Amino acid sequence: MSVQGYVEAFERFARDGGRTPAWLAPIRRAAMDRFQALGFPTRHDEDWHFTSAAPIAEADFTPLAGLGGPETVADVSSADLEPFTFRGAEWPRLVFLNGRFAASLSSTVGLPARVRVASLADALANDTPELRRHLTTIADTERNAFAALNTALFTDGVFLHVPAGVSVESPIHLLFLTDAEGARGVAYPRILVVADAHAQATLIESYVGLGDPSYFTDSVAELSLGDGSRIAHIRVQRESQRAFHVGLSQARQARDSHYASFSFATGASLSRANIYTDLAAPGAEVTLDGLYLADDAQHVDHQTRIVHRAPNCASHEVYKGILDGAAHGVFNGKVYVHPEAQKTDGKQTNNNLLLSTDAQVDTKPQLEIFADDVKCTHGATVGRLDEVALFYLKSRGLAAEEARTLLTYAFAADVLQRIATPAVRETLESLVRERFVGVPALAAG
Amino acid sequence: MTTTDNTVLQITDLHAAIGENEILRGISLTVNAGEVHAIMGPNGSGKSTLAQVLAGHPAYEVTAGRVTYDGEDLLEMEPETRAQRGLFLAFQYPVEIPGVTNAYFLRAAYNEIRKAKGLDEIDPIEFLELVEHRLKLVDMDPAMLNRFVNAGFSGGEKKRNEILQMAVLEPRLAILDETDSGLDIDALRVVAHGVNSLRRPDNATIVVTHYQRLLNYIVPDRVHVLAGGRIVRSGGKELALELEARGYDWLTEAAPAGVGVGTGA
Ligand SMILES: Nc1ncnc2c1ncn2[C@@H]1O[C@H](COP(=O)(O)OP(=O)(O)OP(=O)(O)O)[C@@H](O)[C@H]1O
Ligand SMILES: [Mg+2]
Repeated sequence: MSVQGYVEAFERFARDGGRTPAWLAPIRRAAMDRFQALGFPTRHDEDWHFTSAAPIAEADFTPLAGLGGPETVADVSSADLEPFTFRGAEWPRLVFLNGRFAASLSSTVGLPARVRVASLADALANDTPELRRHLTTIADTERNAFAALNTALFTDGVFLHVPAGVSVESPIHLLFLTDAEGARGVAYPRILVVADAHAQATLIESYVGLGDPSYFTDSVAELSLGDGSRIAHIRVQRESQRAFHVGLSQARQARDSHYASFSFATGASLSRANIYTDLAAPGAEVTLDGLYLADDAQHVDHQTRIVHRAPNCASHEVYKGILDGAAHGVFNGKVYVHPEAQKTDGKQTNNNLLLSTDAQVDTKPQLEIFADDVKCTHGATVGRLDEVALFYLKSRGLAAEEARTLLTYAFAADVLQRIATPAVRETLESLVRERFVGVPALAAG
Repeated sequence: MTTTDNTVLQITDLHAAIGENEILRGISLTVNAGEVHAIMGPNGSGKSTLAQVLAGHPAYEVTAGRVTYDGEDLLEMEPETRAQRGLFLAFQYPVEIPGVTNAYFLRAAYNEIRKAKGLDEIDPIEFLELVEHRLKLVDMDPAMLNRFVNAGFSGGEKKRNEILQMAVLEPRLAILDETDSGLDIDALRVVAHGVNSLRRPDNATIVVTHYQRLLNYIVPDRVHVLAGGRIVRSGGKELALELEARGYDWLTEAAPAGVGVGTGA
């Protein structure tokens, strides 16, 4: 759909107006103007050098939840969601089906009393100061056309507020499902997480396609981490193999906050995840980790951006990719260290494993350092399975195919170890095994 | 040389090359059940190459000769088939496999051998008992089971880990490639004790070593000297003492080109 098509969609949406509070309307219009000015990214954009957005720009998508209407949870039941839970865990969850909140599939039982979690549409209808103060203030819509488009057009999503000093023990799962009903549609999930001082929570943001419809997800998550807060944020992208997925996750970190981000990407025909964080005050720490798996003609792109604005902050990043078939992986990791960010401790690695001759990867770790007293390293590798290790396994009786799958799995295993929640880690481990069929469980003992 | 029902391994005029470079130049050796053979020889003489060729390393091309293992053509078998039939190589440089735990690796290898024998996979609890027993044999900390295979192990720990694998897999033919190198004297005793306690009338061992001291603990039936890709001398255990005293020069200089002097057993 042309830029003009989206502009027209916006005008219809703006006329309808009912769901947008007055304070948000001008922000949406400004974002639409920005999208119009930026247009879809092209290969001339430095940030999109290795990924073509043309398949998204050229396709026609209908807004999935644009104009309201009754909730339709056609044929999906709680039991159907079982495969997308984490070892059956009954965590609080908010489920969205084809862009629309599915209250009947959702539950917030078990959350501490003062924690607020709601669909964004509900939250906007019952506006709070936290929502107003933060919504649309973190995501970079200035340079990011897809984030601008989301800001202009989002209808629903999630608002999570964890008040000062509150620890949420149970992970909270946000599940965005698209099924055949959502074919040829576009959804703009929008998430806002506000963690006040010393609050703690774990958030899982999953995107799942049921069957193989073609559709477009353009998501934005904004996270505000207050002083000393700790947020773990796991992104699981399992869109249908024919889907398009562009997602931004952007955090702003206050003093001594700790953000642990993990991006797991295995779905979509074309996907791009922008994972950004701003270390805005001293003592803030971040771990940005990820694992991408792709085969056939899948294209999977991660762009991470860590901005060190204050002294004594640490960022540790490990991304791994496994590419088979004719898949194309892209990793572009930027670390900026501002002049005032002395004593920065930054470490970035990206390792890729190519399983076929047609698979390819472009990796571009970038450090831009303007402070002099820092410890920053980065490195990237692209390799194939280690022949020596393969022989070692075979010499102990493992068949060739088994040795290959075992080593492939082993390549991914250490980055998954960085996920703190065991049920999530184990589920993702199984997904990796399923992806490279035949690898048995690696339990110790 | 005679072949009996008792013969585990018979190597006849084996030549092997890597690229254009011929490394093994006519090796003949027969190893019978119940025997321990020691292979000694200067650096670069082809000892590890022989071991790797027997294990089926794809980088080496066998250009001539035959190897039978329990009467079957060994060179026709895939490396994993060789292992499943009871051939075990303790690597001179054990390989690190980050991401795979020792425990998983041992059990996978053990089950492959059982499968090849038409047996069911072992019950995990039963396997744990077996491993615990074997750990004691090589005096290894059970915590090593949960570590990734050889990853970050010290040189000595890696060698011990190879012997642990051997103790669990109970091979018919074990080839130990410089398992003693890098071991302190206590570790050497432990490893030798492990090897000796696994010795049975129906299995055989080839130890590649530079040091006579190992042979004080693992007493060989035959000692062979490999030089320039050939066995230039074979003898009883006293040959190792002579080598210790005199070095290799007297043998390598005397070796006539093109003819393998002396064969096994
Ligand atoms: N993969 C290889 N590529 C090239 N040359 C090789 C390779 N493997 C072995 N060689 C060469 O073959 C010769 C024999 O090597 P090998 O490792 O078998 O010796 P060795 O007797 O085990 O020596 P050491 O006592 O040092 O362990 C050496 O000259 C070595 O450089
Ligand atoms: Mg050697």
